[in-house]
Amino acid sequence: REREREREKLLYLIVSLPPQSRVALCGGTHGNEMSGVYLVRELQKLEKVGSATLTTVISNPRAVQMCKRYTDVDLNRCFTDAILSSPVTDATPYEVRRAQELNTLLGPKGSAGAMDLVCDLHNTTANMGLSLISYSAQDWVILHIYRQIQITSAPVRFILLDLPLADAYSQDSLGKHGFSIEVGPQPHGVVRADIFNIMKECFNSGSAFEGGEVDDVYTFVKSIDYPRDPETNQITAAIHPQLQDRDFCLLHPGDPMFLMFSGEIVKYEGVEVLHPYFVNECAYYEKSIAFHLARKMTLTIPPLRVKRD
Amino acid sequence: MTSSTNVSCFHEARRVAIFGGTHGNEMSGVTLVNLWIQNGKEIHRKGVETKPFITNPRAVEKCTRYVDTDLNRAFTTENLSAPSGDDLPYEVQRAQQINEIFGPKGSPEAYDVIFDLHNTTSNMGCTLILESSKDHFNLQMMHYIKKAIAPDSCPVLLTEHPLLKYSTSRSVAKHPIGLEVGPQPQGVLRSNIFESMRVVLKHALDFIELFNEGLEFPPCTVDVFRVSEKMDYPRDTNGNIIAMVHPNLQDCDWEPLNPGDPMFQTFDGTTLRYEGAGTVYPTFINEAAYYEKQQAFVTTRRETLAAGAIKKT
Repeated sequence: REREREREKLLYLIVSLPPQSRVALCGGTHGNEMSGVYLVRELQKLEKVGSATLTTVISNPRAVQMCKRYTDVDLNRCFTDAILSSPVTDATPYEVRRAQELNTLLGPKGSAGAMDLVCDLHNTTANMGLSLISYSAQDWVILHIYRQIQITSAPVRFILLDLPLADAYSQDSLGKHGFSIEVGPQPHGVVRADIFNIMKECFNSGSAFEGGEVDDVYTFVKSIDYPRDPETNQITAAIHPQLQDRDFCLLHPGDPMFLMFSGEIVKYEGVEVLHPYFVNECAYYEKSIAFHLARKMTLTIPPLRVKRD
Repeated sequence: MTSSTNVSCFHEARRVAIFGGTHGNEMSGVTLVNLWIQNGKEIHRKGVETKPFITNPRAVEKCTRYVDTDLNRAFTTENLSAPSGDDLPYEVQRAQQINEIFGPKGSPEAYDVIFDLHNTTSNMGCTLILESSKDHFNLQMMHYIKKAIAPDSCPVLLTEHPLLKYSTSRSVAKHPIGLEVGPQPQGVLRSNIFESMRVVLKHALDFIELFNEGLEFPPCTVDVFRVSEKMDYPRDTNGNIIAMVHPNLQDCDWEPLNPGDPMFQTFDGTTLRYEGAGTVYPTFINEAAYYEKQQAFVTTRRETLAAGAIKKT
């Protein structure tokens, strides 16, 4: 009963978004994630989107030119407060310098002058359909955008990272509101028309602003690495065929996780039933991640009204 | 073409190599070869020396296709006969070393058979790559493999073409065989792709063992796809692509493409159609590594090759 009263209160809360919002759309944060690179290049022909001003950015031009994820270090891990404020020396990696440049262009992070909305475009080799990724469960603007995305060609889900702003490491944290769009599966270095069109369709959003329930929200719980050889650190198994391509399905204790090259099956031994995602993402082998596990939840958000002067 | 009473005799296939990591980010071959270097039991066959070998270790270490230049294009006569030196691109030096160990290419001392393990982002299934239409030993092996894995299919791509044929690492051997399995993203290991490559290799080695034991293989025919034409993406004056492989063509490797069928889709949604003279069978559709080689896909034509009977000398 208490919960229901709380819920009713939230449903009548009005949140406002200033009319002349400054929006930034970023592609090529990872230089081999091709949908965003090509979409940004196409959108660079447009300057205004509705009543918002659109800034388009190719975040990591050097990596895009080489068609690699990054040149020195992963740009999308360089946006923590600590890295953004670190002194620059000759030894500073390219991506750290670039992150500080982007902070000047789109931020400064946490300040009044930052972009109202930063949207960062990514691809994944995992079968994740269209996923929105953000830091806060209380950012009603982002959750409304999520609800507005009406796509028929792929499942749409919301992933919550739940980190304080200072520790938020990705580019979308530069804006007052920010999120990443992750579309897969697509091999890195490849542009698939179906995947590109899913990302494009995203931007033909609806206009519903009522409050209510938001489903298909997943909160990061933990990561699982591949089984590895203790001496060489080489992986000794692949994602099991029953888990491969089954992002966001349920993983129960006892379900197969990995198939060893020797033929043995490694099973999930956690206690809680969770949802795997980023299953077999190419870029995560070097980060010792085979997949992430998330808890599924439903959020309630208030209606959104645009304040007009 | 030999009659059924003529049997071609080949020497025993005594020295066989299995190459992985010719492209350092094609993970099935890298993983299988590393596995077999540690424990070669699975690839052991009576009377055969089977040598698993990582051809491009530096590229494997960086999980990249190549370091300086594509190793699988580096085995040209020019490269192999160039004076050796540290100033040569890494892969050319490597080609010379591989030619010394497994060749020399074209000589009687060369390895009998080399299997070269590759992955592709294209939906090519388990493709076998044949370099010469006159290699009856290889044709018989491919016939054997196709029968063994039926009802699953194993398309055969014939790369014999005056312009499109390239100098592969496996070409050092008398009987080169390419295994191209996809779709798999670069840098990713998919269990199903890994296991299917493993099974194809098992049958290939079984064939060699049977051949070496003296089994005669009767005449047979093999349906192949012969490469015809390289098709690039439409590009602007700066060389940037202006269209993507059309959704109707994407993933449709080995299926017929008829004149008038959709081929590319521009970023704003316009369809560009195939304007060739007749039906072709495209493959290597949207392979990641081929954007820089100006290739969106390659067209092929169906052909039936005849192989005469073969037997060990």
